[in-house]
This record gives sequence, C-alpha cells and structure tokens, in this order.
Amino acid sequence: MDIVINISSGLCLFVGSFLCLCGGVGMLRFPDFYTRMHAAGVTDTLGSAMILIGLMIISTGFLVFIKLVMILLLGILIGPTTSHVLAKAALHNGLEPLLGHQEEADNKETTSSNP
Amino acid sequence: MINIVILTLLVVIAIAIIRMKDLFAVVMLLGIYGLLSASFFVAMDAVDVAFTEAAVGAGISTLLMLVVISMTGRREITTRHKPLSALLVVAITGFLLIYGTLDMPYFGAADAPIHGHVAPRYINDSMQEIGVPNIVTSVLASYRAFDTFGEVVVIFTAGIGVLALLSVARRPEDPEQITVINDSMHKQHLVIRIVVKILIPFILLFALYVQFHGDFGPGGGFQAGVIFAAAIILYTMLFGLSTARTVINQSFIRLTAAIGVLVYGSVGLATLLSGGNFFDYDVLVNDPIAGQHLGILFIELGVGCTVAAVMIIIFFSFAARREIQLNNKNKESSSC
Repeated sequence: MDIVINISSGLCLFVGSFLCLCGGVGMLRFPDFYTRMHAAGVTDTLGSAMILIGLMIISTGFLVFIKLVMILLLGILIGPTTSHVLAKAALHNGLEPLLGHQEEADNKETTSSNP
Repeated sequence: MINIVILTLLVVIAIAIIRMKDLFAVVMLLGIYGLLSASFFVAMDAVDVAFTEAAVGAGISTLLMLVVISMTGRREITTRHKPLSALLVVAITGFLLIYGTLDMPYFGAADAPIHGHVAPRYINDSMQEIGVPNIVTSVLASYRAFDTFGEVVVIFTAGIGVLALLSVARRPEDPEQITVINDSMHKQHLVIRIVVKILIPFILLFALYVQFHGDFGPGGGFQAGVIFAAAIILYTMLFGLSTARTVINQSFIRLTAAIGVLVYGSVGLATLLSGGNFFDYDVLVNDPIAGQHLGILFIELGVGCTVAAVMIIIFFSFAARREIQLNNKNKESSSC
C-alpha cells in the first residue's frame, strides 16, 4: 500500500513539474502574446493542479488534505479566469494574434517562411 | 540557498524597475518585487511580516498605483539631464552604510544586542503574561500597543489627506442610468463577473478569519483590513463605481475609519480609568489573561476597521477623479 501511494504521488509530482517546465520553455520560445499566455495557463492550471494532487496523496492528516483541496479549487477557478481576462483585454486593445494570419499568408504564397 | 536566489532576483527586479520607462510594467514589477519579498520573509520564518507584505506590497499598493497610472498616463518623461553629482552622493552614502554594517554582529549571532534586550522576555514570558500563542500578535497588540496606535493614526491621517485633496461633490446618480451602465458592462465582463461573484464571499470570510484568528496564527487587523478592502475594490472594479456607491455608503465608510481609531483609543482610556497604565489590559477584567484577550480583540478590531475603510476611501477618491476626467473628455469630444 505504501509503495502504491509513493509511486502515484511521485508520478503526479513529476508530471506537474514537467508541465511547469514546459510552461517556462513555452513562455520563452513562443512567438506572440496569445501563445505565451497559453503556456502560462498550462503552468498555473494543470501544472500546479498535478503538483497539489501529488501532495494530497502523500498528505498526512485531514486538515492538510482539506487545505490542499481548497488551494486546488481556488487555483482552477482563478487560473483560467485570469487567462481569459488577459486574452480579452489584449484583443480589446487591438493586439492581433501573430499566427492567425499564417493561413492567409500561406494561401497567397506557399513559400512563406515558417516561424 | 533559496535566500540567495530570492535576493538575486530582487536585485535584478530593482534594476529593471530603474531602467524601465513604461510605468505600467514598472507597477507590475513592483508587485512581483512585493511577492518575492514575501517569499523571502517566509523563508526567514517571519510569517506575519510575509503576510502583510503579500497583502499590502503585492496586492493593494499595486492596485492603487494602477489607478493612479490610469489618470496620469503610462509613460515616464525622459530627461537628458544626467545628475552625476547625485550619483556621487548616493555612492558615497551607500559605501558608508555598507562600511557601517561591517561592525554589526553576524547574521543570526546569538550574542547580538537585539537578542539580549527585550526579546528573551517576549519569548519566555509572553505566554504567561498575555496568553496568546502568536508572539508577534502579543508584541504588536499588547507590549507595543502604543506604537501600533501611532501606526493606526498614520493610516487614518493618510485617509484624511486623500479625502481633503481629492474628494469632490457629486450629484446623486440617476438609478436608471446605473442600470443601463450595468447592462452594457454585463455583456463585456460576463465570465469574470460570475467568477468574482463566487469568490467575493470567500474573500470576505477569509478576511474575518485573519482578523479573529490573528491571536493564534499569522494575521491580525492590518492584513484583515487590507484583504477586506481588496474584496470591495474588486467588486467596484467589475460592477462600476456607481453601483458600488449604492452598495457601500460613503459616509458610513468615513465614519468606520474614524470609529476604528476611536475604539483603539478608548481601550487605552478604559485601562487608564480602571487604574492601570495606558494600554495595560490586565486591569480590564478581574482575570489579567482574560483582560489581555479582551484588549487585543478590541484593538485588532479597531485596526481592521480603520485600515479597511481607509483603503476603500483612497480607492474611491482616485476612481471618482478618474470618472470626472473621463466625463470631461467625453464632453470635449462631443462638442468638437
């Protein structure tokens, strides 16, 4: 039983850390605001959720478990909302997505360079 | 190890803040700076200070500065003037300050003067004398209640100053106009409005928890007041200034700010009248420990009321100014 708990929690923690790392790489590598925001969204929703679930599995005591559940609920409520608001504000202020014009450009000339 | 990482990040952010010209980004960086300092305080085991820093430095001061920037514009005016003599003065002063720290005891040294003065009494006797598990609260609210009184008065004075400078006489709004504004905003901000509607009760509840659990864990009147004010400011930002004015009575808020200071001072007067020293809560009730608990409860309540009310007052004053600015602009553009 112990080994099952340890392995599953370790797996969750590993996946969470991997997603956070991916989010960080995405923030640096992605070309424009919207794709970067997507990377950040992955970090603070799925990455932190996986880490919290991993911590829940190995948590000792009911109080710690409940606290982690509350943090998780808060995170999955706030994270997507912030991403949504950010994207909306950017679109509202006239920031065009860079990749949206890719298809038009491709239709015009197929030799356009890929980013 | 983690201390060094956080301190390095703090230095990097400080340099970025100096170099940047876009004030909006500077305010965001200031928020990150506050959050990093809060993490640093947690790493140093100063949870109460970290809590205050996270609530004030990263939270509400960022918000208030954003409101100010929305009025003044987000570009810093660049000057070609290079004040080299000022740099020289700063460099010399900095060098002298660093030179002065060389004589100080090492970080965490057990024989440092600060550890031999009143700290042993706080650590050893506060449980018997005050009966509150959180030593920070017993120092702040009981041993040094007079200093805290000064802080509360400072916050109150700041609120009065903002009111004196920025308060404007308003015509009462047309309720129909409010509903029109509300409906138009409802379409724009539907998602965030619903999420915030879910969250606000919990934020208010958390503020009350911080307020009344401050004796046992990190927290207290200052943090609770700021969190409470943050919930109301969030409401104002999403539901419009005019709606918030109908929900929160402005003269009531001003009264609350004054009542907080009054409650705090009255506790001190009550101890004087009961024959004790100023803010010596032992004499409030027959049992000294119960007296201490009662006194701390009341003064934390006073602090919470004043801080929350003053933060709300500051936000409302700035936002009302912004509203007038926008109205004038609309009139000008329509007359052209």
